[in-house]
Amino acid sequence: MAAAAAAAAADEAEKARGRRAALSFAAIAVVLGLPLWWKTTETYRAALPYADIAALGELSFQLAVPVAVVFAPGSQPRDLPRLLPFRDTEEKETLLNSRTSIASRYEMVCRSTTAQEEAALGAATVQEADAALHQLQDASLGSLSLYVIPETSLLLPQGIGVYVGKHRSALVRAGQGLAALRARLQQVMQIMSFTTSSITAALSDRMPASQLGPDARRHFKSSLGYEITFSLLNPDPKSHAVHWDIEGAVSRYVQPFLDKLSFLANFSVDSQILYYAVLGVTPRFDKESSSFLLSAHSLPHVINPVEARLGSSAASLYPVLNFLLYVPERSHSPLYIQDKDGALVGTNAFHSPRWGGIMVYNVEGPAAPQASLPLRVDVDMVRVMEVFLAQLRLLFGVSREVQPPEVLLESPGNEGLADWELDRLLWARTVENVATVSTTLTSLAQLLDKIGNIVIKDDVASEVYRAVAAVQSAMAELAVGHLHSAFQASKEAVTSSERAFFDPSLLHLLYFPDDQKFAIYIPLFLPMAVPILLSLAKIFREAKQRKKEPTKTD
Amino acid sequence: MTPGGPAPADAAPVSHYRLFPKALGQLVSAQGVRELHLALTQGFWRTRAWGQPPLQAPAGAELWVWFQDTVADVDKAWEELSNILSGIFCASLNFIDSTNTVTPTASFKPLGLANGTDHHLLRYAVLPREIVCTENLTPWKKLLPCGSKAGLAVLLKAERLFHSSYHSQAVHIRPICRDASCLAVSWELRQTLTVVFETFPSGQGKKDWSLFKMFSRTLTEACPLASQSKIYVDISAKDKEKELLEVTPSPTSVHEAIVQGEKRTYAVYDLLSPSLFNTSRSLNVQLKWKRPQDSLELSTPVLHAQRYVSGYGLQTGKISTLIYNTHPYRAFPVILLETVPWYLRLYVHTLTIITKGKENKPSYIHYQPAQDRRRPHLLEMLIQLPANSVTKITIQFERALLKWTEYTPDPNHGFYVSPSVLSALVPSVIAMKEVDMEQSPLFTSLFPSSDGSSYFVRLYTEPLLVNLPTPDFSMPYNVICLTCTVVAVCYGSFYNLLTRTFHVEEPTRGGLAKRLANIIRKFRGVPPL
Repeated sequence: MAAAAAAAAADEAEKARGRRAALSFAAIAVVLGLPLWWKTTETYRAALPYADIAALGELSFQLAVPVAVVFAPGSQPRDLPRLLPFRDTEEKETLLNSRTSIASRYEMVCRSTTAQEEAALGAATVQEADAALHQLQDASLGSLSLYVIPETSLLLPQGIGVYVGKHRSALVRAGQGLAALRARLQQVMQIMSFTTSSITAALSDRMPASQLGPDARRHFKSSLGYEITFSLLNPDPKSHAVHWDIEGAVSRYVQPFLDKLSFLANFSVDSQILYYAVLGVTPRFDKESSSFLLSAHSLPHVINPVEARLGSSAASLYPVLNFLLYVPERSHSPLYIQDKDGALVGTNAFHSPRWGGIMVYNVEGPAAPQASLPLRVDVDMVRVMEVFLAQLRLLFGVSREVQPPEVLLESPGNEGLADWELDRLLWARTVENVATVSTTLTSLAQLLDKIGNIVIKDDVASEVYRAVAAVQSAMAELAVGHLHSAFQASKEAVTSSERAFFDPSLLHLLYFPDDQKFAIYIPLFLPMAVPILLSLAKIFREAKQRKKEPTKTD
Repeated sequence: MTPGGPAPADAAPVSHYRLFPKALGQLVSAQGVRELHLALTQGFWRTRAWGQPPLQAPAGAELWVWFQDTVADVDKAWEELSNILSGIFCASLNFIDSTNTVTPTASFKPLGLANGTDHHLLRYAVLPREIVCTENLTPWKKLLPCGSKAGLAVLLKAERLFHSSYHSQAVHIRPICRDASCLAVSWELRQTLTVVFETFPSGQGKKDWSLFKMFSRTLTEACPLASQSKIYVDISAKDKEKELLEVTPSPTSVHEAIVQGEKRTYAVYDLLSPSLFNTSRSLNVQLKWKRPQDSLELSTPVLHAQRYVSGYGLQTGKISTLIYNTHPYRAFPVILLETVPWYLRLYVHTLTIITKGKENKPSYIHYQPAQDRRRPHLLEMLIQLPANSVTKITIQFERALLKWTEYTPDPNHGFYVSPSVLSALVPSVIAMKEVDMEQSPLFTSLFPSSDGSSYFVRLYTEPLLVNLPTPDFSMPYNVICLTCTVVAVCYGSFYNLLTRTFHVEEPTRGGLAKRLANIIRKFRGVPPL
């Protein structure tokens, strides 16, 4: 009996040892094995500012415009609320959609003229006054100076209430009473900075298509650089030897404009001549005028066949603006473009949104029909460049809107762009850049969140952090009215966010399917896990049984 | 036939292009290219059967570029350049990387204006695997000012051109003097196309040909932008036999020239001369042989070469190159350039050069050993070839084992070794006279002669195909499975051993036999055991 008891005790001890061994196996597998496996197969994912990115999804722009309102002697309305100088702000908030809102704030500083300004306003013509006032200002980007002159002043022509100069100043007639003056000032400030519609157009990507006007998607998207290509298409080199002085024309007309915009982006200009490049549609012959007509509805088909010949830009990734000058074949000239109503288009040109423009240049037939071919054609570059420059302004979104007759806008002169027009463009571009960065970062965060296999390297993460910081500073600078630094910051944010988004390292482990992983792990994990799990189950079962009948052994 | 560009490319100012294609112009200025030579070739030029090649190129893609000395990082510019070119020409030039790029020291010299030939600015690569087809021809044709709409390029119909034994298209860009005084520099773009049609098998045993038969097109006009547009037909008479062949219509002129050491007669059709299109609206050049000929004896070229790989098994092998000098009495030196991929490990001590049974010591050797997965072997030698001799160059190699991801999708096809390049100034058998450059600038630029007595030849040997030991590609998974099984078995027994509980068992009822016996005993009424 004692022997049996001893055997039972030994048996029990042995069983306990077996249990302990099984438990320690399980413990080692969990404590050592699993972390080791986890660590060695883990993809490196640097931390990203997800909360900040999520916050960027909702954009509430605060745009502050510093405005100086300067009253010339005798121009102060009698019902002015306070004595000069004083500060005043005018705020307006627009909710574009649930995620986007714009609050504009004009911070006006009202004061009376200094002696020098008074002298400048005493100039003979308004242009001279504008130039003289420009000398006196130390106007930074985005700030405005509005000079209120007496209603009876002879500086402005009859019937003109507002004059907007070449730079960042405008002359405003005082008008009858404060309310009229306020309305006028507001009108000028909107012309010279931004309107809700110009900002909406810049945010076109965030808006549903139904809310946008037809022109909202016309101008080129904000980019760090643009390539402008002028192409001369000569489909009939046998009859026309076309020459154009594009070099001179570019340096005379386009370059000053681009120099003015150089702060905005990098520009490169080139030109080429393409022979035997034909339009995709055959023009219709019109007997009455004995000319050929291209109707408006066939214009979309014109571009595609030509575009194959234009050649993509091999050396850079910037968007390309194409300007084509088409000299029609001899058998198809003269060629005119008809608009939707059937009338001939005066410029004989059309533009395609976010692509470029095409102008048809008809060659006058030679006096004698048997004159020796090819006929030498020298293109009148002034006529051509007038059209192309107008299209260029249109595509950049700096075209001038039609203003009421009492507003006089000074022509920008040789540079092709007034200072306030540049400001207007910068306001829109800064807002657009911020919106772009917000979209890029949001989709990057979503993508990384969805696909856990993607490695996030430290440099990608640092680009994301930089982009977030830059976009936040851009928003802050906009809110205090520093347009220059806001734009710089937004540009920086775009660069960083694009670099992060297009980093090639993000693609590496993208397509490593889960079933393959499973197939590789199964031969190891299954034989190891089954004994552990079985013995754990057994131990668990025994423990349960022992608890149920603890007294039976006694 | 080699129709060049209709005219040498015009001066390309910084960014305004007239005849020069914009895509290439931007590339040249963006990457700081001084000279660019790209050739895409399908097939191999059989020197013995077809004679001296006018412009040979190695099978596949060949690219060599001289960069401006202002380029700071030549390797980076080279990489970007090959990527962009791959986009322009729809070719896999993006596969050019450091493992197949070399910097030859002597074989390639700038062909255009150059001050200084610092060979660190040169990069050379060959992709022998590259297959050339229509998608490469179309962008090439697009570079011509008239495209394929007018001029000689009308003939270039892809379905005909690729139904041939040899097809080689090339683009050469180099800086040249704008005029005689050479005060300004112009960029020259030369596009060449070499096609070999074998009319003998396809023309019912006749060797007659015509433009229409070959291209299924005829010529109607010159490109209006061309200042020169000519067709040259070789009508050289062999062995003083005259009037063996006849060309119709009658050529506008006959041009005699000495090309690659041989006196040749060419019938010239000038497409710009109005008399050509007087009688008929289109030009269909025809060549007829007056007497049927059994075989056309082409004279063997003075310099030709041959290469093969020998050896058995998958461990070692030997590359042998045979260079022939058939010149009766003149010896001349030749520069040999060998580029061998790193996975063939060359044993340089086994390099032997034997001419006429004697060892031939090269007067210049430049050898750059390979680095695994980083750069190929580069071997350049200047070898003197005695008159009327065969020189045999052999070198042994060992095949490396690649990582399983480094094999191509069809590893049993073998791995290509790019052709070796032979560059030589071959002495002419007959005296040459200076050709008038003014009279035919295109012709002379295609066949230049450095002085009266010799002409420059660059030859390429065959690409080699070498088998490397190929693993079973399901191996990684097998290895994983096997390892896991072994681990699982060891682990299993170990686990069993450690967790099994042992206890002493008392024999209670005995075995089966004893129980059976007891049952029988019970029936019999006998007490059990």
